[in-house]
Amino acid sequence: MLLLILKRIGLGLITLFIVSLITFVGVEVLPGDACTTYLEREAYGAALDACIKRLGLDVPAYERYLDWASNVVRGDFGYSLSGEMPINEVLGPRVKNSLVLASVSILIGIPLAIVLGIITALWRDKLPDIMISTITIFSMTIPEFISATLLILIVAIWLGWLPGIVIIPSDATFYELLSNIILPVVAISMIMTAHMARMVRSSVIQVMASDYVQMAILKGVPYWKMVFRHVLPNALLPAINVVALTIAWLLGGVVVTEVVFNYPGLGRLVIESISNRDLPVVQALAIILASIYVGINLIADLMTLMLNPRLKSLQIRK
Amino acid sequence: MESNLITEDKQKNKLEKAFEILKTMASKPSGLIGLTIVLFHVVLALISPYIVPYDYKAISPNTMLLAPSAEHWFGTDSLGRDVFTRTILGGRTALTVTFFGSLIALLWGGLLGIFCGLVGGKIDDVVMRVVDAFLSIPWILAMLLIVSLLGTSTEVLIPALGFFYGKGIVRVARAATHDVIAKDFIVSARARGHSNMSIIWNEIIPNVRDAILVEGAMRWSWMLLGFSSLSFLGFGVSPPTPDWGLMISNARGLMSFAYWSVIAPIVGLSSLIIGINLTADAFAKALGIDRSTKAPV
Amino acid sequence: MNEIIESVKNLSIGFNSQKGKQISILKNVSTNIKKGETVGIVGESGSGKSTLALAMMGYIKQGLFPLKGECLFKSEDLLKMSSRQLEKIRGRKIAMIPQNAGQALTPNLKIGYQIDEALRLHTDLKKTERDKKISELLNKVRLPSPETMAFRYPHELSGGQQQRVAVAMALAGKPDLLLLDEPTTGLDVTTQAHVLELLRFIAKDTGTSMIYVSHDLGAIAQVSDRIVVMYAGEIVLEGPARKILKEPIHPYTYGLLKSIPKLSLAGLPDSMPGSQPQPGSINEGCSFYDRCNLATDNCKKNSPDLEHIKELDTNVRCFNYKELINQNNNLQTSITKKSNNSEANEVLKLKDVSISYAKQKFFDQLLNKISDQNPTVKDINIDIKKGETIALVGESGSGKSTILKSIAGLLKTKDGQIKFENDRILSSDLKMRNPNDLRAIQLIFQNPDESLNPNHTVEQILSQPLKLYFNLSGEELKKNIIDLLKKVRLGEFYMSRYPRQLSGGEKQRVAVARAFAAKPDIILCDEVTSALDVSVQAAVLNLLQQLKEDLGTTYVFVSHDLAVVRAISDRVAVLYQGRLCEIGPSQNVYKFPSHPYTEVLLGAVLEPDPDIKPKLVAEDIVEEKPPEKGCSFQGRCPRKIGDICNSEVPPWQIGENGNAIRCHINIEELASLQQ
Repeated sequence: MLLLILKRIGLGLITLFIVSLITFVGVEVLPGDACTTYLEREAYGAALDACIKRLGLDVPAYERYLDWASNVVRGDFGYSLSGEMPINEVLGPRVKNSLVLASVSILIGIPLAIVLGIITALWRDKLPDIMISTITIFSMTIPEFISATLLILIVAIWLGWLPGIVIIPSDATFYELLSNIILPVVAISMIMTAHMARMVRSSVIQVMASDYVQMAILKGVPYWKMVFRHVLPNALLPAINVVALTIAWLLGGVVVTEVVFNYPGLGRLVIESISNRDLPVVQALAIILASIYVGINLIADLMTLMLNPRLKSLQIRK
Repeated sequence: MESNLITEDKQKNKLEKAFEILKTMASKPSGLIGLTIVLFHVVLALISPYIVPYDYKAISPNTMLLAPSAEHWFGTDSLGRDVFTRTILGGRTALTVTFFGSLIALLWGGLLGIFCGLVGGKIDDVVMRVVDAFLSIPWILAMLLIVSLLGTSTEVLIPALGFFYGKGIVRVARAATHDVIAKDFIVSARARGHSNMSIIWNEIIPNVRDAILVEGAMRWSWMLLGFSSLSFLGFGVSPPTPDWGLMISNARGLMSFAYWSVIAPIVGLSSLIIGINLTADAFAKALGIDRSTKAPV
Repeated sequence: MNEIIESVKNLSIGFNSQKGKQISILKNVSTNIKKGETVGIVGESGSGKSTLALAMMGYIKQGLFPLKGECLFKSEDLLKMSSRQLEKIRGRKIAMIPQNAGQALTPNLKIGYQIDEALRLHTDLKKTERDKKISELLNKVRLPSPETMAFRYPHELSGGQQQRVAVAMALAGKPDLLLLDEPTTGLDVTTQAHVLELLRFIAKDTGTSMIYVSHDLGAIAQVSDRIVVMYAGEIVLEGPARKILKEPIHPYTYGLLKSIPKLSLAGLPDSMPGSQPQPGSINEGCSFYDRCNLATDNCKKNSPDLEHIKELDTNVRCFNYKELINQNNNLQTSITKKSNNSEANEVLKLKDVSISYAKQKFFDQLLNKISDQNPTVKDINIDIKKGETIALVGESGSGKSTILKSIAGLLKTKDGQIKFENDRILSSDLKMRNPNDLRAIQLIFQNPDESLNPNHTVEQILSQPLKLYFNLSGEELKKNIIDLLKKVRLGEFYMSRYPRQLSGGEKQRVAVARAFAAKPDIILCDEVTSALDVSVQAAVLNLLQQLKEDLGTTYVFVSHDLAVVRAISDRVAVLYQGRLCEIGPSQNVYKFPSHPYTEVLLGAVLEPDPDIKPKLVAEDIVEEKPPEKGCSFQGRCPRKIGDICNSEVPPWQIGENGNAIRCHINIEELASLQQ
């Protein structure tokens, strides 16, 4: 069991290593180095030399990679080009803000998705299912920037209930944030919930058609008892991994939503740093976002391992 | 003569099969709606250059932000351009980019996936790990980086989108191939001594084709979503090319008083995405593939 | 004794087809179950027997609905009850033992919990009493160490143990009626006999009424007091078990009984033409019309009613049943097969063949050394003569299919040689074999659903070997395909069909045709009839025999079914855990003296005859690995004589009949022990 957990963690680390290589090599291979890209027209003479020196571009690429990687492992991402301040300081408040936004969305989204998924599966092809399924298809397919724009248009502009744009400093406190994030949370969790609800639905439907559920009915187990003891544990287990993948994939949507609402999080930093061509920051962001992805999947893997009796006893036997 | 007859028969068979699939897709209301929407958009995209009433890039200060009227059905935007013209042409841009993007995704994803499924073992492990690593970089970050460094032409966008949306197809193709090669009819062909190429071509491809095509159709709708998000952020095609994402982004700031310029592209984009989605779902169902339990990665 | 516990009245169940037509899969079924009696419901797949059984618990599968009729349990209609009322009956009054307990036990719940759940729902026992009751029940179904069993998950148990747990669960509510839906299908022969014995004991011990649903007349014969025979959704024959099995007066039952291969009878069983009609395909006349050799014009237009015959205490649905009364001496006949090849040359020799599934360790791989000292299959020596049918028999894990795969070149041997024609060594690597050798050895698989490419038409499937080996094309190719189809008794119009448009028997015929397309010398048959219905199985066996007699092909026939093997084979090799136990001419292997394992296997065979009871001599333990040394059967042998069995590999002894037995017990002694 422990061995398996270590193995999963190891695989995650290998993935991160490959990601760091990809981003590093990617930046190297693309035309222009960090300094010429950043300075653009002014990339000549003293300014360029100073920049090259500061970033250490005069040493061979593999040395720079090793240097950079060992610093990253110690939690130091180096300096940003534009702000000329440590990247850690740039990232800190942004990470916090995005985490608040994402975790509130997930905390609302997952339970809602499970409930909706179960309802649609149990009342399959009946009115509740048809209604909820139609809504989920819509909210699943419409891009975040459209739903966000429409939310602003309707709730903020036409109805005037909530502020359309988040106006808070990037180091706002948790409570200041909360009051401002209602619309962004709705925009993000709409699409996420829809995706997950559909997965839960089909997983539950599959289990409901299994031999053991038929057996439970023929054993005289009351309906809701059967749903909670025989159906849900077996239906939600395989959904964990899929949900994790979905959450990770939707990180991209967070970027867009943050831009629409002008929310000072990681997503807007992505756009800002790319517009400013601040490659060190972009590299740092790639590693951080990839770690989040790997982390979420790792948690899902471990949860599945803990909860699945089949895997559990397999490990014990070995 | 006789063999000609047989091949003709086969072709007829294929056409019939395609027709049969279309019929099954259209037999449910959701499939019918999806097909109709997609057909509508495709036809509009094909004929749009010949039917638009105005020049899409003609800026005119006299007609800025006009409300919908008989001359300008969907009104005009902040530069005085006709929103109806630009909306119709926007569909052309979106369909062209994502169609060719999906084709590229389908090709490299499908081929690599089948290859991995076939060879298995160490090579498969390594390739899948690299694919996983690519997956774990959020697509939007990678796309933004590429586009910002290489420029925003369609020559960059199409292969880049194709590359990033092909990753998921690799997984599907690989899993399908894995399933198929364990089947007895493959064992039987191997025992008969058919060459590897003949087994791949005759036995494996026909049995993984459906799964890969369905995945490709799904990718198409997601790629459209991704592409329009890029445009919205200002990293898609460059102005003045008419594009829905860009139009929404430009008109957004003015929507408190000129909502029409934002509504038209929203309706266009949303309807196309929903249409493709419904079609892909119906396609999957017609081929007997359940893909609702898969993650959109 | 005559109190009726459940009665089904004029029950029809159906579904709506895609074209909106109402199609019934149960037609006007009526029967009564009396207290304390065991009723066997027998029929082939698609006969509606499971639908009937489930309806008797008030359960209708999704997509189906009752069209008319009622299911009265103690004079209350189950089909009209609310789910609340049904919960009170299911598990408490009527309990179910499912077909595949491995899938019918909830995977995330421990065995103890699942039994406890039934106890909590259906009894008023307190926690401590229930715990005691759980061990009692587990003990009653003869599970080992019932105390710890409760804490295990379903997947940790073997198939036989899972089935026993399902029995314990059903008994928890002390039901008046037990419904058994194919409870022993899919289990190994010996396990099946043990579970059946347990069920019989329980029926006697508790006095519960039982409904036993199965396709297997052998199993039904062992447990039933009364038998109901179903065909295409109708009851065609119903009466006392002995009458039905010994003097069947319905042509379907008669044909079915004749098509079952029997241990006591050498030669091939009679076959029935055709297969059961699809639901909804027959609108008028008798549903058995086109397979019946008693059919008249009357049968085509009018469908017969179920008629009660007082003197036989039997209900029969046939206009011409009288022709079958007193015809029953014919039941014990069979088609003799020609096989006089004892002088023929050897075509294939397996010499000291060992096969290992163990993964090589990295370093051993470098040194090119295979380290497995205890391979899955070991020391196989078999010489196969041209034109003979040799059968490899054993339960799951006996290595019989593994041997077949390595003959085909699909699995590398660890040691030993496979020699083909004139002692030429065949490479164990498929890629190294020459095309003519590949052509000469063909395979037929167990499940035609998997062995035929679903995306190819029958024409494409059959053209593959013809193109590959003989370079045929155009007109000639087509002619050959039509010839092949004719050989397996399929019409020309099958060419454009896809496998999914064929019935199971037709699919297997296409697979047979594909093997014969190569004009092979040897055909390897891997359980080729076990996925088929009995009446179809007989037809495929007859086809194989006919083709062999015409073309002189050699068969290596792998099966777990001793009766099928008896019917088709000239020689039999019995395998246990990848080691040979006994080999010899088939008529002798089925006679004593036998290897103790053969004795166990023969004892466990279920014959469709209430007078022949299985003999249970060994425990049905599942062994995962062959023993490191000594006799392979040491773990379960009922005749084990001591340490020598654990330490030394037994010697081969030749019996007076000419069969070779590998046992430490002297062969004469074995003979006297087994008399």
